Amino acid sequence: MPTNNDMPNQRLGELQDKAQRCKSLIDDAPGPKIQIGLASCGIAAGALETKAAFEEALTEYGVEASIRTVGCIGHCYAEPVVIIDHPDSGFPPIFYPEVTPGKARMLVNQFLLKNDPRFEHILGAMVENEMVPSVWDFSRFNQEQRIVTEKCGYIDPENMYDYIAMDGYSALVSALSMSAEAIISEIKTASLRGRGGAGFPTGKKWELTKAAPGAGKIVICNADEGDPGAYMDRTIIESNPHQLIEGMIICALAIGADKGYVYIRAEYPLAVQIITRAIDQSREAGLLGEDILGSGTRFDIEVFQGSGAFVCGEETALIRSIEGYRGMPRHRPPFPVHRGLWNRPTVINNVKTLASIPPIITRGADWFRSIGTTDSPGTAIFSVVGDVTHPGLVEIPMGVTLRSLIFDICGGIPDKKEFKAVQIGGPSGGCLPADFLDTPIDFDSLTDAGAMMGSGGMVVMDEDTCMVDIARYFLDFTQNESCGKCTFCRIGTRHLRDTLERLTKGEGSAGDDTLIQTLSEDIRNGSLCGLGKTAPNPVLTSLKYFPEEYQAHIDKKQCPGKVCRTLIAYYIDLDKCARGCDACVGCCPTEAVFTTKNRKKGIDLQLCVKCGECQVACPPDYDAVVRISPPELAPVVERAEKKA
Amino acid sequence: MLDQDLLAEEKEIAEDIRTQLVHFGKSRGDLIPILQMIQEKHAYLPPSAIQLVAEHLDLAPSEVYGVATFYNQFRFHPPGKNPIKVCLGTACHVCGGDIILENFERKLEIREGETSPDLEFSLDRVACVGCCALAPVAIVKDTLHGHMAPSKVEGLILQIDMQRKKMEKEAKDPDHADE
Repeated sequence: MPTNNDMPNQRLGELQDKAQRCKSLIDDAPGPKIQIGLASCGIAAGALETKAAFEEALTEYGVEASIRTVGCIGHCYAEPVVIIDHPDSGFPPIFYPEVTPGKARMLVNQFLLKNDPRFEHILGAMVENEMVPSVWDFSRFNQEQRIVTEKCGYIDPENMYDYIAMDGYSALVSALSMSAEAIISEIKTASLRGRGGAGFPTGKKWELTKAAPGAGKIVICNADEGDPGAYMDRTIIESNPHQLIEGMIICALAIGADKGYVYIRAEYPLAVQIITRAIDQSREAGLLGEDILGSGTRFDIEVFQGSGAFVCGEETALIRSIEGYRGMPRHRPPFPVHRGLWNRPTVINNVKTLASIPPIITRGADWFRSIGTTDSPGTAIFSVVGDVTHPGLVEIPMGVTLRSLIFDICGGIPDKKEFKAVQIGGPSGGCLPADFLDTPIDFDSLTDAGAMMGSGGMVVMDEDTCMVDIARYFLDFTQNESCGKCTFCRIGTRHLRDTLERLTKGEGSAGDDTLIQTLSEDIRNGSLCGLGKTAPNPVLTSLKYFPEEYQAHIDKKQCPGKVCRTLIAYYIDLDKCARGCDACVGCCPTEAVFTTKNRKKGIDLQLCVKCGECQVACPPDYDAVVRISPPELAPVVERAEKKA
Repeated sequence: MLDQDLLAEEKEIAEDIRTQLVHFGKSRGDLIPILQMIQEKHAYLPPSAIQLVAEHLDLAPSEVYGVATFYNQFRFHPPGKNPIKVCLGTACHVCGGDIILENFERKLEIREGETSPDLEFSLDRVACVGCCALAPVAIVKDTLHGHMAPSKVEGLILQIDMQRKKMEKEAKDPDHADE
């Protein structure tokens, strides 16, 4: 029960004043402003070196400019990303992609000193103008609709006041003046569905927890993002941790919780550091703790690091893990909403779900429902990776088709290759072929197609991919991560993996496809938790949509995608090979490439490890290295006799 | 010689763990944070650590070991001076991450999960480091290397070897001067 409705308003007002002062300090700083994205992916691409180069060049050329670090803007293909605002030059703020240290020095010299923005290095301007094409003309920018990641890449994640200056924590103040029932009713009206993959209605989950008897209710944010190929939760935490914290506080108000946990992978050191610092800042500012903004409400958050077990993304396993046990799922019911952590009623929501809460409270359920589809309102965030031109994080309204996401927004398949399949939902999801490109992206359509929304990992695959190999890869992953509780998951996945492995080695026999099918169904039926139930999905979908590939592996011992290394061979086309070129000889890690009598090249198939390095090294003018399956088709070139 | 060094090191670690444990509670929920603290400070969990933690929490050592082995994060032998992790997430797999891992195995003459006999290198696979746009990816010490290729593997190892030789030479030179 809020004791004093004016108090939170007044306290937030004070924080906002301070935020405005901080902001004007930055805005009024003399000279140009350089903004560098410093999330994990930016750092991996060399953003720290870029930042150092800017600092050095500014000192060297004696230019006065301020450098500001922000989170990730989601355009991974363009990292390290730099936005330069140099008003005196007359140009609008400009987005520069792939800024290497050398480019950084050049920009200081040419743009900051001589007002030449160097058009050849520009991706676009950040606002519409008459001089530089705007980034908003590109579909990669203008087809996105950002709710959860709206502020990512524009604010400094380590400075709480940056978030407050952009209206942050105002949703919390609104929520403090609302009753718990009103908050839950708003979320229910918004029809927000859990973004962790299963799509359970969030409002319903909160309502059940609120109604559950028992004191000391708990909110857990599930940031145990274990899906290989999904990294949006990490990016949100690294780029805008306060939106998540605000969402958690609102959830706590709604269900009457006084304790929260962020369960985050220890493999994300930067994200752990940023969320820990953000929680400390919020506590110091009175946004967390004994008396939130003077309202009399108590809530605090603790960070718990997950230790690298994929199964801990499952809610009951996650709870066991915090309690100090092996993270093994248990039977539900009782559901965590009734008996969760330390047997108390517990809400477990994904990062994206909780980060969606503040915008819903601020702008209302009707606004949220106007985005996306009727049954899946709001947006979906995907990390689109693999064989696409513009990989990265994309937030789109639900209902956009796979085709427009892959081809319009992410630029399609590079190197003029053909689209083959898209894998959605990680190890729990499925592979969809080209026929499904017009499927709208929402919870139900994807499940109907045999894939699932999952956590939002999307791997695009071109014609050079082998579906049997992909199925084997995912089974290998789930087999490793199976906690061992259920027999079908523990032993069944091993059998399935081994069978697929035999296929990729050309040791398959007739009837293997039926074996794979029935074993998959058995695993699905005989497993307790989501890991086992969904583990066969990549196998079942690839078998359903690409049966001819399985047949080729079994009957012809051939890999149509030319990936399975036992089933392929490399040879050099002697008609195309150029005399005197040694590119392939130099790069071969096993010295399998040799020179023939007439100074052309051959590959010793006994020594060849089929790494494909020679094919990459062979100059495009010759393009003489050929990959072929089955390997018997490769012509044999005799090694020249060594001179005595 | 090597074994004795290792034993001395483990003794030191045990001493340190004893001093750290007083900062932790004794409830079951403290188990994983304690193990994480040891792993972070010492890079692995020696047998003595398991024993100490079990005593602290009043649990059977087998219980502590059971929890520690369940989670991928914990290792039970010391990593090499240059730990190498090869990412085998989906994007890295599609881009040939297994070929990169195999190249490291061949060049270092150790298998995935092992440490070289001179304790210089250790090799591990990781499930996904979330840098999929740079696939395939390998991490050497704390530096991430994107767009890996078999020829780059050779270069990386050569670079580390050269640096080590240079440092050894520098360390040796003063001795030579003394002679």
